[in-house]
Amino acid sequence: MTLVYFAWVRQKIGKGEEQFTLPANVRDVASLVAHLKTLGPGYADAFADPARLRVAVNQQHGGFDTKIADGDEIAVFPPVTGG
Amino acid sequence: MKTRIQIQADDFDIAAELDALALNTDAGAVASFIGRVRREGDLSALTLEHYPKMTEAEIARLVAEAQNRWPLLAVTVLHRVGRLEPGARIVLVAVASAHRKAAFEACEFLIDYLKTQAPFWKEESRGNERHWVAARQSDDQAASRWRK
Repeated sequence: MTLVYFAWVRQKIGKGEEQFTLPANVRDVASLVAHLKTLGPGYADAFADPARLRVAVNQQHGGFDTKIADGDEIAVFPPVTGG
Repeated sequence: MKTRIQIQADDFDIAAELDALALNTDAGAVASFIGRVRREGDLSALTLEHYPKMTEAEIARLVAEAQNRWPLLAVTVLHRVGRLEPGARIVLVAVASAHRKAAFEACEFLIDYLKTQAPFWKEESRGNERHWVAARQSDDQAASRWRK
């Protein structure tokens, strides 16, 4: 699957996009984020507070309970500030 | 319905866009909103990041929702990205309809929803510092009042 990050999420992790193999026990966004937090200090910092994060799955807004599958694109970002 | 959605770095020509919007329609009313970079203290620039694969699709969803709720003849949404200076135009939302109530309401709905749904992020430059703008509760409240 593809993970994409924006704004300070991208800055804390140090990259805007990565390819990722979904572990067998990761089925939804919440468990994906819990897993990503363990990958390093940048990830832990970026994902420290779920209340400050929003997600999109295949370019549609989702939530932490959204189910995910291999081949999906998951984006993690702060609340949007356009307009 | 005519829909024009464009994400671009370049500035846009408001007069030309508003004229084009109503062209070849039965519109008696055109309503618009222009968002600009507010001059504020030592702000030197605002940089807009976006999610290219999602931005236009999300705005198209918002426009489809507006079309469901109001009798619209044409909608234009232009949004700039990249580095913008104080006073620069950021966004144009313009709506054509037969009568003004639908045009005013749909225009306000679209900008309220764009500000809470469309995947853009603003970063301010002040002196040597850069700082991500935080989303505002007032924007969430503005969007929620349109909930049916």
